[in-house]
Amino acid sequence: MKEFWKRFRYNRGAVIGLVILALVIATAIAAPFLFPQSPWKMVQRPFLPPFTDDTLWLGTDALGRDVLSGLAHGAYVSLLVGLVSTIVALAIGVPVGALAGYFVGRTDDILMRLTEFFQTIPSFALAIVLLAIFQPSLTYVIIAIAVVSWPPVARLVRGEVLSLRTREFVEAATLSGLGNDQIILRHVLPNALPAIVVLASLMVAQAILLESSLSFLGLGDPNIMSWGYMIGAARTVIRTAWWLSFLPGMAILLTVLALNLIGEGLNDALNPRLTRKSE
Amino acid sequence: MLRFILGRLVKSVFILLAILIFNFLLIHAAPGDPAAVMAGEAGAADEKFLADLRTRFGLDQPLYIQLWTYLKGAVQLDLGFSYRQQMPVAELIATRLPATLLLTGVAFLLSLVLGVIAGVAASARQGSWGDTIISTLALLFYATPLFWVALMASLVFSVWLGWLPGFGYSTIGAGYTGFAHVLDVAKHLVLPATTLGLFFTAIYMRMTRSSMLEVSRLDFVKTARAKGLRRSVIQRRHILRNALLPVITLAGLQAGQIFGGAILTETVFAWPGIGRLMFEAINQRDYAVILGVFYISGAMVLLFNLITDVVYVIVDPRIRLTK
Repeated sequence: MKEFWKRFRYNRGAVIGLVILALVIATAIAAPFLFPQSPWKMVQRPFLPPFTDDTLWLGTDALGRDVLSGLAHGAYVSLLVGLVSTIVALAIGVPVGALAGYFVGRTDDILMRLTEFFQTIPSFALAIVLLAIFQPSLTYVIIAIAVVSWPPVARLVRGEVLSLRTREFVEAATLSGLGNDQIILRHVLPNALPAIVVLASLMVAQAILLESSLSFLGLGDPNIMSWGYMIGAARTVIRTAWWLSFLPGMAILLTVLALNLIGEGLNDALNPRLTRKSE
Repeated sequence: MLRFILGRLVKSVFILLAILIFNFLLIHAAPGDPAAVMAGEAGAADEKFLADLRTRFGLDQPLYIQLWTYLKGAVQLDLGFSYRQQMPVAELIATRLPATLLLTGVAFLLSLVLGVIAGVAASARQGSWGDTIISTLALLFYATPLFWVALMASLVFSVWLGWLPGFGYSTIGAGYTGFAHVLDVAKHLVLPATTLGLFFTAIYMRMTRSSMLEVSRLDFVKTARAKGLRRSVIQRRHILRNALLPVITLAGLQAGQIFGGAILTETVFAWPGIGRLMFEAINQRDYAVILGVFYISGAMVLLFNLITDVVYVIVDPRIRLTK
């Protein structure tokens, strides 16, 4: 663990990412306390520019809603959707990949064709189709994102399992009479964990981008304030109040950037063999 | 090589079929009457239209016969009728498709060329200022929401600076013909194509850079160096050619993403393609159009994949030579 932390710290970008993410998480947690009022509530005249009112630092939007409150509540939604949809995607992708890689042959063929299908079809369009047909609610947004983001997990896990299953410790486990499920769960998957963790951190970032794109198009949960929705709503007034689109976009950019940086840091720290080669 | 391409073609046909079956299942999985789903938001269509739909798709028949009717229609490019637009979906898509092909094609090429050039430049001087700047930019572009870059670009370059048009496909009412028209469209294309390409430029740059660095450590490069070949020759002939393979594979895989991005850029720039059509259809809950665009976009992605396969064969002689 100490070794891990040392290598992680060595990557300056990753540390910056960690600081930014910590700020975003703090904002998300503090949002209901700092801004107990609903972010949908009108608090002042519309189009109040930023830094002109002592209580409303970032001004108000086209309907007189507090922009800072919207950003804070949006942070919570972004992180929640990013995290939960990644967990769901892992719950689909890890078993698919593990089964395909461990049992090879026909199981592998069928599962990989399925994975390929989901990887080939335009994923964003698929998410749109799912949300348009089922009603857009937070649950369905999360499901739609998970459905389009599990294939890379399955491929990665399959590859890892394929290379692990012929190793001696797996043979030893088989000889000692362990069942397939025990071998996969206890011996094969833990060894694939570092690669999964790195991919997962990058997936959270992509999920946040995806959620914001869907909300921007009006396919988000209509009852929840999110960064993508804020940009979509401010789009028509961009000539007169550009900051209403600019600020939530910066929030998305920083959060996603932070997660990507952390992902790279984790990669350096967890798979040192791969990265140090280039130095 | 022909067999390789043919194999890919057969696979594409199966994927298209799978998309159609998927669409069909979705219509039936949706809450409510499938006829109402196909017609648009419940209550939007009149009874006669719903009755027509029921007979046409045999909605009173068993499911497998319905599926057969649906597939037969789709293969003949009958994608249903848009009640909202009072037009067959296939016709709607056909009028919008060229604009999307132009936008995605240009963005795809642009990002690939720019990404590879930037990646090669960055890897040639690893750790230098140039490398740091290029890598940082790639990191930023990779984290930027596409629709937001598009909005900001139209704000800066169109609204504030007035350099480029930020709206539509051509100047309305200008009546340009010939070269003037081409130039006009090209001007309208600059902002949508660059903003759509940015994210992908970042991906290809990172891939090219790491792939170049990886290949340059291989033994045959050392041999080439030992033979006394010039650095530029090694870079171009030996390293780049091998390093490009994973980039091309990735580009093929990313084709679907480019179309997804096009939905967003077309929406922001009012580009009259099928992405914009999908956005309009979302707002009107026009399911026939949404599913039709989804199907056609799948076909488009497979076409892009096929093109990258051919390029792959050209770059990698190993596939060309094995039968």
